[in-house]
Amino acid sequence: MSDLLSEEFLTALIAGGLVAAMPLLLASLGELVSEQAGVLNVGLEGYMLFGAYLAFVIAYNTDSEWLGMLAGAVAGAVASLLMVVLCVRMRLDQIVIGIAIILVAEGATSLLFDAQYAESRPRLDSPSELQIPLLKEIPILGESVFSQHAIVYVGVALAFVVGWMLRRTSAGLSVRAAGEQPEALDAAGVSVTATRAWATLWAGAMAGLGGAYLTIVGAGSFTPFITQGAGFIAIVIAMLSRGVAPWTIVGAVLFGMSLSIATALQLIGVDIQTDYVQMLPFIAVIVVLVLFARRSYLPSALALPYVRGEK
Amino acid sequence: MISGEARAPGKLKMRAFLLGDAALTAAVPIVLAFVANGILLVALGRDPFTFYSDMFERGLFDWEGFQESIIRSAPLLLIAAGLIVAFRANLWNLGADGQFLLGAALTAGFAPSLLDSLGVWPMLLATMAIAALAGAAWTIIPALLRGRYGVNEIITTLMMSFIGIGVANVLVKGPFKTDIGGVARTDVVPFDERFPLLFGTRIHLGFAIAVVAILAIHVLMTRTSLGLRLRILGANPRAALHAGLNPVRLTLIAFMLSGALIGLSGSVEILGVQGSFRADFNPSYGLLVIPLVFLARLNAIGSLVLVIAFSVIQIGGESAARQAEITTDVLLVLVGMILLFMAVTEYLRTRRGLGMRFVPPEVAERLRPLPGEGAAAPSEPRPAVGAGEVGSR
Repeated sequence: MSDLLSEEFLTALIAGGLVAAMPLLLASLGELVSEQAGVLNVGLEGYMLFGAYLAFVIAYNTDSEWLGMLAGAVAGAVASLLMVVLCVRMRLDQIVIGIAIILVAEGATSLLFDAQYAESRPRLDSPSELQIPLLKEIPILGESVFSQHAIVYVGVALAFVVGWMLRRTSAGLSVRAAGEQPEALDAAGVSVTATRAWATLWAGAMAGLGGAYLTIVGAGSFTPFITQGAGFIAIVIAMLSRGVAPWTIVGAVLFGMSLSIATALQLIGVDIQTDYVQMLPFIAVIVVLVLFARRSYLPSALALPYVRGEK
Repeated sequence: MISGEARAPGKLKMRAFLLGDAALTAAVPIVLAFVANGILLVALGRDPFTFYSDMFERGLFDWEGFQESIIRSAPLLLIAAGLIVAFRANLWNLGADGQFLLGAALTAGFAPSLLDSLGVWPMLLATMAIAALAGAAWTIIPALLRGRYGVNEIITTLMMSFIGIGVANVLVKGPFKTDIGGVARTDVVPFDERFPLLFGTRIHLGFAIAVVAILAIHVLMTRTSLGLRLRILGANPRAALHAGLNPVRLTLIAFMLSGALIGLSGSVEILGVQGSFRADFNPSYGLLVIPLVFLARLNAIGSLVLVIAFSVIQIGGESAARQAEITTDVLLVLVGMILLFMAVTEYLRTRRGLGMRFVPPEVAERLRPLPGEGAAAPSEPRPAVGAGEVGSR
């Protein structure tokens, strides 16, 4: 068992865990804000897929990973525009539209990839790493935590910035009011529709960025259905964070590590069926919910359309 | 509280409205979606007219293909029945995939040995019972957490679904695995010992079971007191509590019934079509059925029609995609588009939005919380109210 503490294993576990965690972190940071504003983006998975695909196409054709990331965020935001128009503006059902977005995204990205790249199956250049001076010398942590793509540090910082904005700024207050008590926000003269629209676009952009990370840094290429349920996990992380943005880091790392632990174990010769390991975070969440059941909380107007004057 | 004569006229009007509405709202968006998808096909250099005529020739007008469509609809109908029970009670059972796969894996795992020891019919009944029980058991934790503590069931059912998918695969790669090499799978149930076929067609007994189930659910939800209680719970949990109903028990009943039907659908897929469970099998039927059930406004009969129409598109589309040499994922786009256009059409027709939760107006009217109720609420247990509540009203 001493192998479990070996440098090789821990480095692989932490580095792999962080790579798997980043798409979850970025997407759940987006979803957290829109949930606080009262919009449940069931279609998060769809935004991620659009983001992942466009990021891949742009990064491949321009050789620029940053342009790719930008394209991913834009694609996600454009996809979420559908949610804004249909659900926020026209007040259609958020769950039906969300599922429709997932289906269209899965189908469209798979078709487009098939038509353009199925035969060549190109790969992107390996992503750049930003190594933090001095800190990268620390054993284990240096090679895992402090040698990551720059977007990782941006994502972690964003978690705190979003947390601060939600709690301490008037924009954050508006967002929370839109999800908690939209009547009050409306009475205060702030547009519920606009607040929810911006929050949803933010969710789309962040999910798209998460998808971009998945292809550019994580996999190095696009494959149809590459997200494999990451969007749903991100929704769960956002819900479990209960409006406190930094908690998304904990949730994302927990899920990310358990997704990568099987690979890390194989490195040291332990062959364990991945099915067992991949169930762990879900079991952990269920156990936590059973033990601390009373503490789960969601905005009271979540997934409810706001109609002025309706009671 | 709710007298018969007060309900009757509203109900008739409602039904006439629903029928006329359903016909029109179904046709327009399907045409629009076909056009939009056709544009995509043109962009990919395919002929949309050939594609669609292939689709309907195979899925609807060809007897073999139509039977395929009917066969495909069997598990989907059972899932739809299960979802209707939960959604009507305003409980979001989004864990259908886990419940379906557990039912399927257990059926496929136990069927071969039960076949040897008991014979065909006892095996069929026993495996269906096991699958239904497993599906029901899988919903107990989400139901209790929701009923007692108001924990959001979207999270818990999704979590349980992922765990269920994992458990199904662990079982199939472990205790249920055959000795045959290749992909891990269970022993194959011989074709003659699966569900019997109906009236000399290739359609198996599972379809009959599914139709009976969805009709039974229709009667249960619209004609029985349990159905009414579940709908009241869905319309307004606080009012349900005040009316002397037990929300925790009702939540448990709705969830377990839902899980049982979905578990049964896994059994039907194995005993009717697959014959064995291959590792990592997951058709994600749940995600496809949820929108259909919604578009039918949680009406069982409407769902029956939509699910069969959807199966025709799926079976016909798979064949048409093969002939056009594109991936069958083109169907996902088509179905997604139908959903989007259905929602928009409905919005334009009524300006009130489709898929807004369906509560018959007279029930909603009767269940308005009484004045002063809000003040009394905090001292009471808060089953399924406030925290984690998604989409009542």
